[in-house]
Amino acid sequence: MSKKDISRRTFLNYMLMGTGGFLAAGMIVPMARFAVDPALKGDAGAGEMVPVTTVDTLTNEPQRFDFKVKTIDGWYKTESPMSAWVYKQGDEIIALSPICKHLGCTVQWNTEPSHPEQFFCPCHFGFYTKDGKNVPNTPPLKPLDVYALEVKDGKLYLGKPQPNPVGGA
Amino acid sequence: MIKQVYDWVDERLNITPMWRDIADHEVPEHVNPAHHFSAFVYCFGGLTFFITVIQILSVMFLTMYYVPDVINAYESVKYLQNEVAFGVIVRGMHHWGASLVIVMMFLHTLRVFFTGSYKHPRELNWVVGMLIFFVMLGLGFTGYLLPWDNTAYFATKVGVEIAATVPFIGGFIKHLLTGGEILGAQTLARFFAIHVFFLPGALLGLLGAHFVIIRRQGISGPL
Repeated sequence: MSKKDISRRTFLNYMLMGTGGFLAAGMIVPMARFAVDPALKGDAGAGEMVPVTTVDTLTNEPQRFDFKVKTIDGWYKTESPMSAWVYKQGDEIIALSPICKHLGCTVQWNTEPSHPEQFFCPCHFGFYTKDGKNVPNTPPLKPLDVYALEVKDGKLYLGKPQPNPVGGA
Repeated sequence: MIKQVYDWVDERLNITPMWRDIADHEVPEHVNPAHHFSAFVYCFGGLTFFITVIQILSVMFLTMYYVPDVINAYESVKYLQNEVAFGVIVRGMHHWGASLVIVMMFLHTLRVFFTGSYKHPRELNWVVGMLIFFVMLGLGFTGYLLPWDNTAYFATKVGVEIAATVPFIGGFIKHLLTGGEILGAQTLARFFAIHVFFLPGALLGLLGAHFVIIRRQGISGPL
């Protein structure tokens, strides 16, 4: 490889740009890392299980239960209202999240006369069957999330919403 | 690649003369530390500006987390300092830079004073510099309240009480500063607005004038 001559001026320019860039980076990098920190922080974890209702109130028909979970939003700690559509299928309890998988509106059970016995999202006419599976050719592409749940002393405890195992339509 | 982009823009907008006018000018020998090391005193103005740039950058990032509200202000500062990555460094830059900018500005003023650079025909730039000085003090005063801790609260209380001792209009000034009967929610909100909008706006205008004037008049001659 033949050596390319670098003039004194070019060399000094490179040195100046390198040093200046290093100093500027020392200033900018902490600030940039500071700004992107929320995007790099992972999810808070499993979250706690919250008592929602007693098991004997549940029927085959989805019922809406409202409850509150503690949320930590940076420096702001609060109790956020949540709801679940809960019903029994044989012995199995199913608790569906009401948050539409299209764009996050809230679904209701059996409120649209043209589609009885379905979850209905009024924003863009999304529908889900009773098990949460999205109805084909309506906007949602995924089934409604299901809450992690456990039953203790006849009470139903709900945790975090998780992807529905029934799979998308 | 960068050269080609530059040439593309330059061909259309003819930016090279502008760039020349801003950056390409003689630095006299007597202000160049490479010639006389003692000429470093002529760097204080530039260093003040450099720290001012750091202040503006760091406050832009701090306001991503800070909220000017009596309930949340302290908690948000505590959060951004302790929970967010590099929070202690970014807030540290703004905290220490705030003191340093006053120090550098004071040294710059001393240099101008002892080299007699404020004399004819540069009196006007001295006046602009004094206005910058007071704007900077105002930035320090208003910024000090924002963490909303005990130091901040009582320092501002003392400052407001001092302002209230002005004859005749003291009460008016006090109410203008606090925005209410007490030093509280309304004070914090208006100090925040003054700190991040009003005074920085005034500061940038004055700095622009300061720099245009010094370029127009040139650096004062050697002693």
